[in-house]
Amino acid sequence: MTEFWWAYLWPVLWIVIKILLLVVPLLIGVAYLTYAERKVIGAMHLRRGPNVVGPYGLLQPIADGMKLFFKETIIPTGANKAVFLLAPMLTFSLALIAWAVIPVGNGLVIANINVGVLYLFAISSLGVYGVLMAGWSSNSKYAFLGGLRSAAQMVSYEVSMGFIIITVLLVAGSLNLSDIVRAQQETIWFVVPLFPMAIIFFISTLAETNRHPFDMPEAEAELVSGYNVEYSAMTFALFFLGEYANMILMAGMTTILFLGGWLPILDVAPFNWIPGPIWFALKMAFVLFIFIWVRATFPRYRYDQLMRLGWKVFLPISLAAVVIVGGIVVAFDINPLGR
Amino acid sequence: MNFLVKSAKTIFLAELVSGMLLTLRYFFRPKVTLNYPYEKGPLSPRFRGEHALRRYPNGEERCIACKLCEAICPAQAITIEAEPRSDGSRRTTRYDIDMVKCIYCGFCQEACPVDAIVEGPNFEFATETREELLYDKDKLLANGDRWETELAACIRADAPYR
Repeated sequence: MTEFWWAYLWPVLWIVIKILLLVVPLLIGVAYLTYAERKVIGAMHLRRGPNVVGPYGLLQPIADGMKLFFKETIIPTGANKAVFLLAPMLTFSLALIAWAVIPVGNGLVIANINVGVLYLFAISSLGVYGVLMAGWSSNSKYAFLGGLRSAAQMVSYEVSMGFIIITVLLVAGSLNLSDIVRAQQETIWFVVPLFPMAIIFFISTLAETNRHPFDMPEAEAELVSGYNVEYSAMTFALFFLGEYANMILMAGMTTILFLGGWLPILDVAPFNWIPGPIWFALKMAFVLFIFIWVRATFPRYRYDQLMRLGWKVFLPISLAAVVIVGGIVVAFDINPLGR
Repeated sequence: MNFLVKSAKTIFLAELVSGMLLTLRYFFRPKVTLNYPYEKGPLSPRFRGEHALRRYPNGEERCIACKLCEAICPAQAITIEAEPRSDGSRRTTRYDIDMVKCIYCGFCQEACPVDAIVEGPNFEFATETREELLYDKDKLLANGDRWETELAACIRADAPYR
């Protein structure tokens, strides 16, 4: 019995505990990201934002969650029921699954696999299916157009994102996310040598997560919120949570690839006392603040401008960057991990 | 040279950065929102809110059922029925205002010769059902009793301009 416990049950239980330790703070983070977004945009509009539910409105996300939970889920008559219900679940679970390979601290990762970057990229590409399925199965023209736009947009920006990630991989010399951070520990945060790439990567993540100024799939003004227009109650909440979890994921990816993951700003006394996961969370919070800041600042792009930016500006630049960075890496024999 | 400056501006996203700096400056400015349920804006003494029927200090109701308000009401929201009371004075038996029809123009209080019907400073009388907004005489008199201090102050403040 004890052998059965230690050999089989305990590892499973341990994995479940690790997953909970990651997912529960993540979901709380998602809830409070919606709150932070409303507060920050409110402040930039000289408004107050939510401030009635609880002290400083801190219970607002919980109130919103309760409201959505107790509402009725309406399934349109013309909708394809199975796909209609599957889409939000897919979006939400994909947003969570990707977190398996994110190292939140030195060695603090659920699955330390050597193709972490590829895994992340694959999962975030699958995210488009949730939106596409929602748009198609709703059997509504707005949702359909939103889904189409979203598919085209996410596919376009993934191309340049992929090339930018390749430049990071060339410099780091590894596909393992933990090793990418360690390479930055050996040298310098990649945001410095790869600065223009970091900016293009950030803009691409905005497009990838359907955020302002690239929120074509939602486009309240034209598509009355696009692919999720027919969704209500919990199905809508799952989309919402998935979208925000994806934002946090992209912020985490930016942090790992360019801002040195769990590393402190300077490796000196007061800074390196703070544990890695807190640094990681702080850096993600900074990137998320920029996400919200951008939303409060810029108007929405026109669709053809969005496509032109993706294919005629970012793609050539990132392709050139791959060649240039690759050339420099070979010419100066850069290999921070010494392999 | 001009070309170089322009392209440098494009490459370094100068316009975008200056836009973002502007919003960041606004982020730290004091907020202008009125914290509404806890904090309210100033109201003019002429503010035309919820209606009330006033009384004289001795408790006698002011309204003499002249029906001028009913006649002038452009929305035809007021309905009055009147007959002589046992002491021979003319009084209303029915004074209804349909607050859903009312457009809050204030003509009723302009028309009233005895300052009986007035529009007070209260604007927070939303109800859950439509029926509750069909005010009758009792409701209007109760409003008058409740708001008399404010109503008298408003009329006094506005008197020099009439």
